[in-house]
Amino acid sequence: MGKVLVVTSGKGGVGKTTSTAALGAALARGGENVAVVDFDVGLRNLDLVMGAERRVVFDLINVVQGDAKLSQALIRDKRLDTLSLLPASQTRDKDALTTEGVDKVIAELREKFDWVICDSPAGIERGALLAMRNADAAVVVTNPEVSSVRDSDRIIGILDSKTLKAERGERIDKYLLVTRFDPGRAARNEMLKTEDVLEILSIQLLGIIPESEEVLKASNLGAPVTLNSPTCAPSRAYFDAARRLKGEIVDVVVPLERKGLMERLFGRRVA
Amino acid sequence: MALVLAPEVPLNDWLNALDAQMERSPNFFDARPVVVDLGGVPHEQQGVGEFLQLLERRGIRIIGTEGAHPAWEGIESWGRPLPASTKPGREVETPNLKSGGSGEVNALVIDQPVRSGQSVVFERGDVTVLGSVASGAEVMAGGSVHVYGTLRGRAIAGMSGNPGARIFCRKFQAELMAIDGVYQTADDMPAGMLGKAVQVRLDGEQLKISILE
Repeated sequence: MGKVLVVTSGKGGVGKTTSTAALGAALARGGENVAVVDFDVGLRNLDLVMGAERRVVFDLINVVQGDAKLSQALIRDKRLDTLSLLPASQTRDKDALTTEGVDKVIAELREKFDWVICDSPAGIERGALLAMRNADAAVVVTNPEVSSVRDSDRIIGILDSKTLKAERGERIDKYLLVTRFDPGRAARNEMLKTEDVLEILSIQLLGIIPESEEVLKASNLGAPVTLNSPTCAPSRAYFDAARRLKGEIVDVVVPLERKGLMERLFGRRVA
Repeated sequence: MALVLAPEVPLNDWLNALDAQMERSPNFFDARPVVVDLGGVPHEQQGVGEFLQLLERRGIRIIGTEGAHPAWEGIESWGRPLPASTKPGREVETPNLKSGGSGEVNALVIDQPVRSGQSVVFERGDVTVLGSVASGAEVMAGGSVHVYGTLRGRAIAGMSGNPGARIFCRKFQAELMAIDGVYQTADDMPAGMLGKAVQVRLDGEQLKISILE
């Protein structure tokens, strides 16, 4: 039986889709069988970040509504055969998802894969609730700034009350993934400190992903950053996070500002 | 000012008429407090509790009921006194709290943080929160409010008229606090108290904050 993970945040644009792809690929590289599922019906993106947009035939809605079999809709990654994508529909909206249909699809995925990673849409409405519904654990993606932290706090409260696990009186595991962490701005106290974010949200820290051009570059190329440049700082942070998800104890590294020699000598010149 | 709704039997027909009315003027009930007068509903009527839920699902903000028959099920939860200070139209979501099993409970202990958007309302006595109360969360108690983490949201003590109620917290960063209807927002709170362990009590018509040592 696989483990179902939801990647969620409340707020949009914090890095849910990027993190879903990066964590999925990181786990898959470690030999685990992984399915990433796009729940952002109507605003799908995961297919782009995974570089599978030209291969989508059937999608989550087709499977939920019984028009296609799960095996027809799953797209196996060309670079990693342990990684599969279940894309969302771009032409429908979240109302096309039914609770029973989602439960059935997730149950089927759980049978086939070691990890089922659900990429939640932003917001706290139906789409987000359905994405988290079957989750065993949640990765709460947060940027180190106040609005993102408050929205994450809200979504944690919802995870504790609206998931099937919560309704059964069990606790859902919640992990904090701090993304777009800018070491330079952190050093200048222009961002919330990770300790403060942790203190406010009081859930377990899964990792700190530094802000990096590599992430953007990988997304634009249609590849999870952990596949595109596995040795860059954000990828290393994602690999560590994936190991923590598997239960390994790995120290969390706080990204530090790396300055080149010339920069250190002359400081940073801003035009 | 509150509106009074007086439902008539059969309730379904009455609801249909209400729906038709709400379609004509969709914003009619927006943020308005509503009292439901159940005097016209016969005592043997079943499913009045569900009926009230149906009203709430239509976005009607019920603050109280009148003329309810004591035999109806779930009646004790129908009184909905207004908190000391509320913004209209805000969203309230009650976390799934386990209520104590039997007999009279007069204290509520919450051993997890109160998250943004959650609202804990406990009229019968004190509320103790072992974690923090987040920005955008609120705790309302008929008695005192105790927060062992950081109080960042709202704390409302003595909500149904208890000037002796107090607010205690280990780290004070509240957005709003109120005791017995006297409230203060963060802007009016003395900066020197921020981040400290404090207690708040009512002194006449004023909130007094003092540092706990």
